[in-house]
Amino acid sequence: MFYRFHQKAETRALLFSVMILVTVSIGGLVEIVPLFTIETTIERVEGVRPYSPLELAGRNIYIREGCYNCHSQMIRPFRDEVERYGPYSLAAESMYDHPFQWGSKRTGPDLARVGGRYSNVWQTAHLINPRSLVPESIMPGYPFLAEQNLSFNDVADHLRTNRAIGVPYTDEMIENARADLLAQASPEADYEDLVARYPKAAVGDFDGNPRALTEMDALVAYLQILGRMVDFDKVTPDDLKQ
Amino acid sequence: MAMTLEDQNTVQSTPYDEEIIRLFVIATTFWGVIGFTIGVFIAFQLAYPALNFDLPWLNFGRLRPVHTSAVVFAFGGNALIGTSLYVVQRTCRASLFGGPHLGTFVFWGYQAFIVLAASGYVLGLTQSREYAEPEWYVDLWLAIVWVTYLVVFLGTILKRKEPHIYVSNWYYLAFIITIAMLHIVNNLALPVSFFGTKSYSLFGGTRDALTQWWYGHNAVGFFLTAGFLAMMYYFLPKQADRPIWSYRLSIINFWALIFLYIWAGPHHLHYTALPEWTQVLGMTFTVMLWMPSWGSAVNGVMTMSGAWGKLRTDPVVRFLVVSVAFYGMSTLEGPLMGVRQVNALSHYTDWTVGHVHSGALGWVAFVSFGALYYLVPRLWHRERLYSLHLVELHFWIASIGIVLYITAMWVAGIMQGLMWRSYDSLGFLQYTFIETVVAMHPFYVIRALGGVLFLSGALVMVYNFWRTIRGDVREEETLPVPQTASMPAE
Repeated sequence: MFYRFHQKAETRALLFSVMILVTVSIGGLVEIVPLFTIETTIERVEGVRPYSPLELAGRNIYIREGCYNCHSQMIRPFRDEVERYGPYSLAAESMYDHPFQWGSKRTGPDLARVGGRYSNVWQTAHLINPRSLVPESIMPGYPFLAEQNLSFNDVADHLRTNRAIGVPYTDEMIENARADLLAQASPEADYEDLVARYPKAAVGDFDGNPRALTEMDALVAYLQILGRMVDFDKVTPDDLKQ
Repeated sequence: MAMTLEDQNTVQSTPYDEEIIRLFVIATTFWGVIGFTIGVFIAFQLAYPALNFDLPWLNFGRLRPVHTSAVVFAFGGNALIGTSLYVVQRTCRASLFGGPHLGTFVFWGYQAFIVLAASGYVLGLTQSREYAEPEWYVDLWLAIVWVTYLVVFLGTILKRKEPHIYVSNWYYLAFIITIAMLHIVNNLALPVSFFGTKSYSLFGGTRDALTQWWYGHNAVGFFLTAGFLAMMYYFLPKQADRPIWSYRLSIINFWALIFLYIWAGPHHLHYTALPEWTQVLGMTFTVMLWMPSWGSAVNGVMTMSGAWGKLRTDPVVRFLVVSVAFYGMSTLEGPLMGVRQVNALSHYTDWTVGHVHSGALGWVAFVSFGALYYLVPRLWHRERLYSLHLVELHFWIASIGIVLYITAMWVAGIMQGLMWRSYDSLGFLQYTFIETVVAMHPFYVIRALGGVLFLSGALVMVYNFWRTIRGDVREEETLPVPQTASMPAE
C-alpha cells in the first residue's frame, strides 16, 4: 500500500517536498526543544557569571584564532580526565557561552580548567613561542598578539548584544564596560568595583608590558578565568542531577 | 517496475542548459585542487609546527576551516549543484527553470559565498561553529543563493515531461531542503552592529552545542551523504549501463535515511554536559542508521550485477564502485564510533579525523571524480577522455593515498585514546599530555604523505581534463569492452 502511495507521491513534486520537510524536522524537534523546556538541563550551581569585558574580548580572540580546532573545553566524567584536568565540566559552566567552545578534538590538552594553572608570565611566553617552554609542542606561535593593541571601543555594544540574547549583564555592567576593561588590565587601577561585579576575575598586567593594552592581555585574562567560577567544595550531588 | 533513464533518445529533442554545468565542472575541479592543497599544508603543519611561520593568516587555527570549507562546500558543493542541474534536466526531459540567467546567478553567487567565507577565516572572521564558520553576512548571502538554487531545481522538476521523479532527484531535493533548514536555524545569531562582522549565537552552552551538532552531523548526512547518493544513483547506472538494482529498496532507504539521520547529532557530544537521555537517543538512532546506509550501498553495488567485468576495463566505473565500497565501510565505522562506550575512546582523537577522511576521500571525492570523468567528454562533446590510462593512474595513486591516510589515523587515534587513559602500576596516569603529542608525529608524517598522493592524483585528473577539453585523444591501447546483456532488473 505504501508502495502504491509512493508511486503517486513520486509524480507530485510539491507534495514530495513537504513530505521531506516533515520527515527531517521530527528528530531535531524531539531532541532540541526539550533542552529549552526541561529545567534540570542546567545544573543548579552557584558562581557562574557573565564574562568580564576583558575576558569577553579575550574569548573573541580565542574564537578568531580558531583555538577550538585543537583544544576542547569539556572534561568528560572519566577517572583519567578528572585526574588530568579537574572536575568534569557542567552544563552550567558554559551557559553564558555564545557560541559554546566545547570543541571536538584534542590535538592539544583540554582547556576547560586551565584558569589559574599557569602564571600570566607562563601563558604569555607560551603563546609567543610554545616551544620555548614545551620543546615538543606542535602549537603555532602567536607573537603577534603581544604586538597588537586590543580594539575595545565597542565593548559596551558587545555586552548589550549578549544581554539581548539572554546573558544577564546589568545596566551597571554595561555602563562601566569600558572602565572595567581598562581596570582589569592595569595593576595600579582601582579594581574593587570590577571584582564586585565579576567575582574571581584575574586582575593585572597579563602580558608583562604595562605600556600597552594588547590582545595578549585579553586572551590571557580569558584563559585565567576558565573553569574557576564554580566552587566545587560547595556542590552537592543533588545539584548536579540533569 | 524497472527504473529507466530515458534521456538517451531525447538528447536531441530537448535543449539542455549545458554552459552552466561546464562552469560547475571547472569550479569543482579548481576548488578540489585548492582544498586538497591546503589540507596537505595543514597536515604538514601538525608534523612540523615551524610551517605556521608565527603569522596570523597562516596559522593552523585559521587555515583548518579554509580546508574543510574548501573541500566540503567548494569542491563538494560545486559537484553537487553542478551534477544536480545536469541530472535534473535529463531525468525530467526539461531545460533549467529560469533559464541560463538564474543558473548563472546560482553559480556566481555560490562562488562569491566561497570567497567571502574563506577570506573571512584568513582574516579571523569566524563564528567558530565547525562547518558553519562563516559570519552572519555570509550566511545571509548563502541563504539567498540557496533558495534560488531550490527554485531552479524544483522549478525544473515541476515542468518535467517525465511522469515520475527519478530517485536521484529525491535525494537532491532532500539535500537542498534540509541544508536550507539546518543552515538557517544553526546560524541564528545577533550581530553586534549592522556595519560590523561580529555576531553572537542566539543559543548558548549546551543548547548551542546540540544545535550545532544537529547541524554538523547532518551537514554530513545531507550534504556529504544524501547529495552524493543522488550522484551515485545516476552516474553509476549510466556508466555501468545497468538499471538500478531495486526500486523498492531505494524507496525504503531514502525515507529511512533522511528520517534517521537527523536524530544522530548527539553522538558528537557523548559524555559531555548534554543530558544523558539526549545522548542515548542519539546513539540509538546512530546505530539504526547503519541499515539504510548499507541498504543504499547494497543497491549501488548490486546495480553492477551482470556488468562486473567493467570493473577491470573501465577505470571510471572503478571510481564509482570503490566509492560505494568506501561508503559502506565508513557507514559501518560511523555507528560503531557513535556507541557511547566506543566513543569514550575515540572522541577527541585522530580516529575521528580518519573516519571523516575515509568518507570524504573514499566516498565523496571518488564518486565525484567518477561523475566528473563521465561529464567532461559529454559536456565538451568529445569522443572520449584524453586518456583512460591516466584515469587508472589517478585511481591507484589516490587509493594508496587514502589507505596511508586512514590507517595512520586509526593507529594514531586509538593509540592516543589509550595513552590518555593508561595508568602505571602505582596508580598514576602513565603519560603526560605532551608524550601523547610526541607519539603522534610519525603518523602525522604518514598522513601528510597520503595527502600528497591524493593531491597528485587530482593533478593527473586536471591534466587529463585539460587535454580532453582541448580535443586531444591520446593514442593508447583501448581497453576491451565486455559484452553485457542489457536487461531490466525485474
